[in-house]
Amino acid sequence: MDAFWIILTGTLVALCCGLLGTFLVLRQMAMVGDAISHAVLPGIVVAYLLAESRDSLPMLVGAATVGVLATILIEWLHRVGRMQTDASIGLSYTTLFAIGIILISLFTRQVDLDQDCVLYGEIAYVPLDLWIPADGLSLGPRPVWILGGALLLILSFIGIGYKGLQLTTFDPSYAATLGVSTVFWHYALMSTVSLATVVSFESVGAILVVAFLIVPPATAYLLTDRLPAMLGLTALFGFLSAVLGYGMAVATNGSVAGAMAVAGGIWFVLALGIRFFKKKIISIIRT
Amino acid sequence: MPKTAIEVHNLTVSYSQRPVLWDVDFSLPEGKLIGIVGPNGSGKTTLLKSIMGLVPLSGGFVRLFDQPLDEVRSQVSYVPQRESVDWDFPARVKDVVLMGRYRPQNLLRRLTRVDREVADWALQQVRMQEFAQRQISQLSGGQQQRVFIARSLAQQANLYLMDEPFAGVDAASEKAILDILLELKDRGKTLLIVHHDLNTVRRYFDWVVLMNTRLVAAGPVEEVFTEANLQAAYGGQLTVLAQVVDRVQEGEFPVREKKGKIG
Repeated sequence: MDAFWIILTGTLVALCCGLLGTFLVLRQMAMVGDAISHAVLPGIVVAYLLAESRDSLPMLVGAATVGVLATILIEWLHRVGRMQTDASIGLSYTTLFAIGIILISLFTRQVDLDQDCVLYGEIAYVPLDLWIPADGLSLGPRPVWILGGALLLILSFIGIGYKGLQLTTFDPSYAATLGVSTVFWHYALMSTVSLATVVSFESVGAILVVAFLIVPPATAYLLTDRLPAMLGLTALFGFLSAVLGYGMAVATNGSVAGAMAVAGGIWFVLALGIRFFKKKIISIIRT
Repeated sequence: MPKTAIEVHNLTVSYSQRPVLWDVDFSLPEGKLIGIVGPNGSGKTTLLKSIMGLVPLSGGFVRLFDQPLDEVRSQVSYVPQRESVDWDFPARVKDVVLMGRYRPQNLLRRLTRVDREVADWALQQVRMQEFAQRQISQLSGGQQQRVFIARSLAQQANLYLMDEPFAGVDAASEKAILDILLELKDRGKTLLIVHHDLNTVRRYFDWVVLMNTRLVAAGPVEEVFTEANLQAAYGGQLTVLAQVVDRVQEGEFPVREKKGKIG
């Protein structure tokens, strides 16, 4: 049963992050996802210190807001500060993440968070974190409920906003000439990525969040030429990464989050191979 | 006297303190096929972008059909440079053409049957209907340009602004594109086209806007496309230009041989 909950949690994180990551990858903003997933840390710590609990909605919202602020800071450094985008990303998120680490080490006695948890998460403990309402009946792990709710929100965002996301990703200046606000869609996407990051962070840590934001979409990108199919394949590779990763972690008795991230890398290499040989075969058939 | 489609008034645009457009001022009539011509870096693309509200203006204003852009947005269509997007984006030809039907009002709703029919019609216009399901990265440069024009046609606008639609396209596409422009003109539409090939200006356009950061001249081709104006726009930049100018004067323009397949 533990295996089921851990794989389910991994899959939910993979779906939350991967589906949004698809648009980040296509916007050539994969590193912004990386930045947000680190920059939310001080938000999480401060919100946690204020709320003194880990499951309050204000904490999620507070931390997600810091993620959006990070993207505003990145834009500001780039536009007003005249820095290259990659430099402004590197500067913003390392600073914010480091502030988060300092906050944790300062208040480590009051806070049930530590640096290891931040980086690697505690997905192996997910089955222990049960949601037991007053009547005493266990409803399963709490993170599964939180991630499931976030996934529903993300699915409806992509479902309703599909055309806006597709248009502003493919050709933002054309979108602007149609009267569609590219700024709105940029920050709508960034806020949702922020939210996905915050809810995933606690279970799986920063490394797996970054991996799931980028690796499954990058794998899907290699294998399809349609956006709906890319979203579907991203979900599939997210699930496969969770399964393979859990198996590898059990086999090696190693870190579950680390193994899931590596599993994502393995699927990517396989997809790269398939694409390479498909091209070879096609060119052999044609000649 | 035809009505005014585009009025550009004392327009100045600068990127980091350097002026790209300086005090550009002209009016263009409705129903004409109009070329914007000038050397590289003379602000042609910026002019189009500032008419479409895509770059901040340092000074001046633009009016379309005697109204601000926001009032007439649905009547105006923009075709950006082909290189401005990533053609490896996971989309098929039809997906891109359908974007011409997107509006702020219908963005959260499904497209209608009418939208799909208009997109089919637009693809037919550019003679690309058999490519509807093709991945966009598998098209030639000319075919990609035709997809962009089909997307613009799907908007069913009255004013079309196109940035270098003839750049880097094959002969068949050039012919197809020119036919579309002429047909749109016949239907009373106004077209403003950024163009780089001086050889074809006289054959393609009714009016021409000659510029080099400042406006050199704007008016009917026969009045404005003169040696003196070309010298003013291009300076001594091109030695080849001298020959072009001679030919313009002598009026003996060689019609380019149409090579290869023409549908």
